[in-house]
Amino acid sequence: MLSPPPTVSLGAGMSARLPLSAAASAPERAQADSHAWLSALRLVGSEREEAIARLHELLLRATRFEVSRRREALSHVRGEELDDLAIQAADDALVAVLAKLDDYRGASRFTTWAYKFGLLEAGVRLRRRAWQEREVVLEPEVWPLMADAGRTPEGQAETRELMAAITDSIEGCLTAHQREVLVALALNGVPLDVLADRLGTTRGALYKTLHDARRKLRADLAKRGFTLDSI
Amino acid sequence: MDRPSDDNTLKRLLGPAEPELLCDECFEKLDEYVELKLRGAPADERIPGMRAHLEGCPACHEDYESLRELVQSDDPS
Repeated sequence: MLSPPPTVSLGAGMSARLPLSAAASAPERAQADSHAWLSALRLVGSEREEAIARLHELLLRATRFEVSRRREALSHVRGEELDDLAIQAADDALVAVLAKLDDYRGASRFTTWAYKFGLLEAGVRLRRRAWQEREVVLEPEVWPLMADAGRTPEGQAETRELMAAITDSIEGCLTAHQREVLVALALNGVPLDVLADRLGTTRGALYKTLHDARRKLRADLAKRGFTLDSI
Repeated sequence: MDRPSDDNTLKRLLGPAEPELLCDECFEKLDEYVELKLRGAPADERIPGMRAHLEGCPACHEDYESLRELVQSDDPS
């Protein structure tokens, strides 16, 4: 009697739908596994519900992984609260993944693609939680900058000269908004997501502001004769 | 806060010198980039601008590190 062909498994309790040769290579198995996830999530009724529950488990693994990576920085936060954050992040990531299923192009395994949504949601929540009681300072805290003590006198002088020029350029060629964003992110160490939240914008929009400010600074410094290739 | 070294401060102020992706493009390609890196494939050639962005954006860099570690923990070989 012939035994049934090996199939792709999405985990305990899920229907295995794609027959797969026992000799399939790792990339073939990964591709079949990804197709199985997509097919299961596009079913209807209880089978789809089952696939969604498995996806939520997968995302919760990602969000709890992120919590564990950051636990040291969040030692003042109760474990129960952190687990609540992980669950909320997994819930939001699930909604995002289901909404973007048609965007999945198979450039990576489905699980890798899905994980990134869980990690993003958890990372944003955890950074915001870490800064919840902290003031976001938009003025320079380490201004003016001093040269490293370990450098040669010439090196220190060059650095001081460059720092003075950067200060001038920041004052002279950036808009007030670019200046605030650059100072908060680059000098005062405010996380991007935290500042985006406080300013009512997105990570992407805020990074674009930072990017444009940096380009202007580089162009202005180059015009003034500084060589910045090594930075 | 800890006082940053001058080199790090300069890098944070000036950002990467070469062209870079922005955050949305980075997120879109992050999973592919991580798998290419883990396979030892030429990830920086296949996805130009990603490395520069990860140098310039601490938030995306953290997401990259997390995803890389998580995928690696699924398949330690």
